[in-house]
Amino acid sequence: MKLNYRVVLFAFALLFGIVFSIPSLIQSEQGKKITLGLDLQGGLHMLLGVKSEIAIDSKMKSMAAAVKYIFDDEEIIFDDLRLNDQKITFELLDNEDLLKAKKLLKEGLEGMAIIDDNLKFTITMTKKEIERTKKNAISQAVDTIRNRLNEFGLAEPTVAKQGQDKILVEVPGIKTPADEQRIRELIARAAHLQLMAVDEDRISRVDTMNSNEAKSYGDIILDDVKTNQKYLLKAIPVLDGSMLTDAKVGFDQNNQPVINFTLNSQGAKIFGDFTAKSVGKRMAVVLDNKVYSAPNIRERIGGGRVQISGSFTISEAHDLAIALRSGSLLAPVYVMEKRSVGPSLGADSIKSSSLALILGFLAVIIFMVIYYGMAGLIANVALVGNLFLILAIMSMFGATLTLPGMAGIVLTVGMAVDANVIINERIRELLHEGKSILKAISAGYDNAFTAIWDANVTTLIAATVLYVYGTGPIKGFALTMSIGILASMLTAILGTHGIYEMIEKKIDKNKLGFWFGIKKGDK
Amino acid sequence: MEVFKYKKPLSLMSKSKRFGFLSITLIIFALATMFTKGFNYGIDFAGGTLIQVKYTKDAPIKDIRKSLEESKIYPGASVTYFGTNEEVIIRTKSSSGKLGEDVAKTISNTLKSTGEFEIRRVDMVGAKVGSELREKGLMAMLIAIIGILIYVSIRFEWRFAVASVMALVHDITITMGVLSFFSVELNLDILAAILTILGYSLNDTIIVFDRIREGIKDMKIHDLGVIIDESVSRTLSRTTLTSLTTFFVVFTLWMFGGEIIHGFGLTLLIGIIVGTYSSIFVASPILMLLGFSVENYKEKQAEKRRLAREREKERALYENGVL
Repeated sequence: MKLNYRVVLFAFALLFGIVFSIPSLIQSEQGKKITLGLDLQGGLHMLLGVKSEIAIDSKMKSMAAAVKYIFDDEEIIFDDLRLNDQKITFELLDNEDLLKAKKLLKEGLEGMAIIDDNLKFTITMTKKEIERTKKNAISQAVDTIRNRLNEFGLAEPTVAKQGQDKILVEVPGIKTPADEQRIRELIARAAHLQLMAVDEDRISRVDTMNSNEAKSYGDIILDDVKTNQKYLLKAIPVLDGSMLTDAKVGFDQNNQPVINFTLNSQGAKIFGDFTAKSVGKRMAVVLDNKVYSAPNIRERIGGGRVQISGSFTISEAHDLAIALRSGSLLAPVYVMEKRSVGPSLGADSIKSSSLALILGFLAVIIFMVIYYGMAGLIANVALVGNLFLILAIMSMFGATLTLPGMAGIVLTVGMAVDANVIINERIRELLHEGKSILKAISAGYDNAFTAIWDANVTTLIAATVLYVYGTGPIKGFALTMSIGILASMLTAILGTHGIYEMIEKKIDKNKLGFWFGIKKGDK
Repeated sequence: MEVFKYKKPLSLMSKSKRFGFLSITLIIFALATMFTKGFNYGIDFAGGTLIQVKYTKDAPIKDIRKSLEESKIYPGASVTYFGTNEEVIIRTKSSSGKLGEDVAKTISNTLKSTGEFEIRRVDMVGAKVGSELREKGLMAMLIAIIGILIYVSIRFEWRFAVASVMALVHDITITMGVLSFFSVELNLDILAAILTILGYSLNDTIIVFDRIREGIKDMKIHDLGVIIDESVSRTLSRTTLTSLTTFFVVFTLWMFGGEIIHGFGLTLLIGIIVGTYSSIFVASPILMLLGFSVENYKEKQAEKRRLAREREKERALYENGVL
């Protein structure tokens, strides 16, 4: 027996395959291993769309708040500040302020087109800024959702932008439907915090007022989060959650969970100034357009510490604090596609596809030995090597194994052995023609190679297209099939050839039935 | 063991009309079914919601239907057994974009009176995503076919490429016809199976074509029909056996792989059978039909070799410093 480079390479490949597939096979803690797809371990897969138009609305709102703040700070007198259809309008009262106001607005408002006509101002967003805001809303949503899921303490959630305006969210290992619901609510939460002034002059009439009337006063009607009580609030908020630095769960004097949040220095200043001016009036804490509380302002509140109370449960308060900390969603998200698989179904899928894999594998192995004798056995060695190699390569890349991926492995078993069928048939043909064993083997491999190569390349073309165009589980299928085909080139062609080269001198030409499954002297 | 022993070439080409007739009949039937019956699009392509529920005992399908109808939450929902008598699938055409909406909870409450159960899977695909996936799927098929066309053209000759792609279209059409006939639910995994057939059913055709290519080169005959008969007969065992090994595994996948990949396995099973048939009986006659001429091909190959030799000569001259 003589070693040759082919068999040495094959031995290395086999060793590599076994070593690197061990962590996956025994599911050890250490080492790189294959992760199970959501369809096998259970979990939540969602494709979210982003309503980026809303981001523009809220940006205009904060612009309007900025106008008010800048002018109040510089004591410029103005009137009739309104925000309608993404357009801010107001009027200056004093002609002398015009130049100063223009300068302040230009410096203070970025990406806005400012037009003034006879002291009447109109502010709109520039086209470029609209594009930027929309784009920003999507990438910000990706970051925010990722932060929220990470803080929730889940193992390896995936959040990624997909295409132009979609977000892919994958959360493995969810145990109960209640958990899934909580996660979905956490993601969906806009967490848009606003502190708004109550319109004390008109609030007594709120129950008979409609929203258009409120709008005409520059007000907005919002509901209480728990009761049916209505509030009339100034539509342009005092400040919003963008100035929030931290949010924590705490308890009030009645031992009810509350959320304490801290504002940054700018927010604290705005808040301090506002409370100083509004002693005796009420200020509403508004979250996602619901009023949580509207306490009376008794004195100026410095330090920028604010509390939200609203009869939460502890887990509600906990999730809300996460949402506030990780920032608000500039634009709300909606579900375009959602797939959730319970852990028990995943386990069943593993069981049945493993059964199919083992049975299919056995059927092929038994068939090969019965039909080809020793040649079949050699092909089987290559087939086992191929399986290990697929697992090892997938483990190394930390690839995800999905249910169609399992099917891909099953299919690869059938296809990998094809190469050996083609080779063995060629060798038989040459033996029938009366060629010597040595000649039959080497010519058999030479002749079979082009057919195997062309066949594999065409399958790879289809697999590549599948990978590029497929989503989730289908990608997994394309991946295992591609790896399997490439690995089969090494095991089924190179590997078996090496084995033959090593033992070909020992093959008894009178025992062709044993070696190649053909009858002696058959022509 | 040997099943297909080569003794003398089968006379296939003389019978090609009969197989042509069979194939055309099958294709007409397939197209007719597709156009009259249409496809049973699953939620991946049509959009909608699918809920898989497993009961601890046999699922009371009548009670489930009644409860759903009374609740009116999902008008027109269909309920079918899934694999076993304990599991059912509820399908509706509606889908909700609200993140907070909990389909599992709604269904749980609705079915409360029907027995003990567990909700194992909830899939929801919006209509927009569905149509996007459908377009993407068609696109993928087209690109795969074009890729294969180009590759086979380069490796063989354009007529081989066209013949193999026509055989492919033949296989896909008949497979889709069967899917339509049995109302198999079309989902992403079925699409994956069809694309796999695209790649796989070509394997057998290529084994045959490879042998024809070799026959043209080595045999002293110029009659393509004779070469084809000889090549197809010589590769008969290979074509059948490679399909057989794959058939084994796909069959186990279909039998034992679980209900979710049942359709996937079935599609592959049909594709492999049709693909093997077309490789043996359909692809080569098309090559004949396209007017492939052995003499022309040989001349072209000779011309190619001559050009290569000349180039080689020139290079040799150049390297020797003569030019």
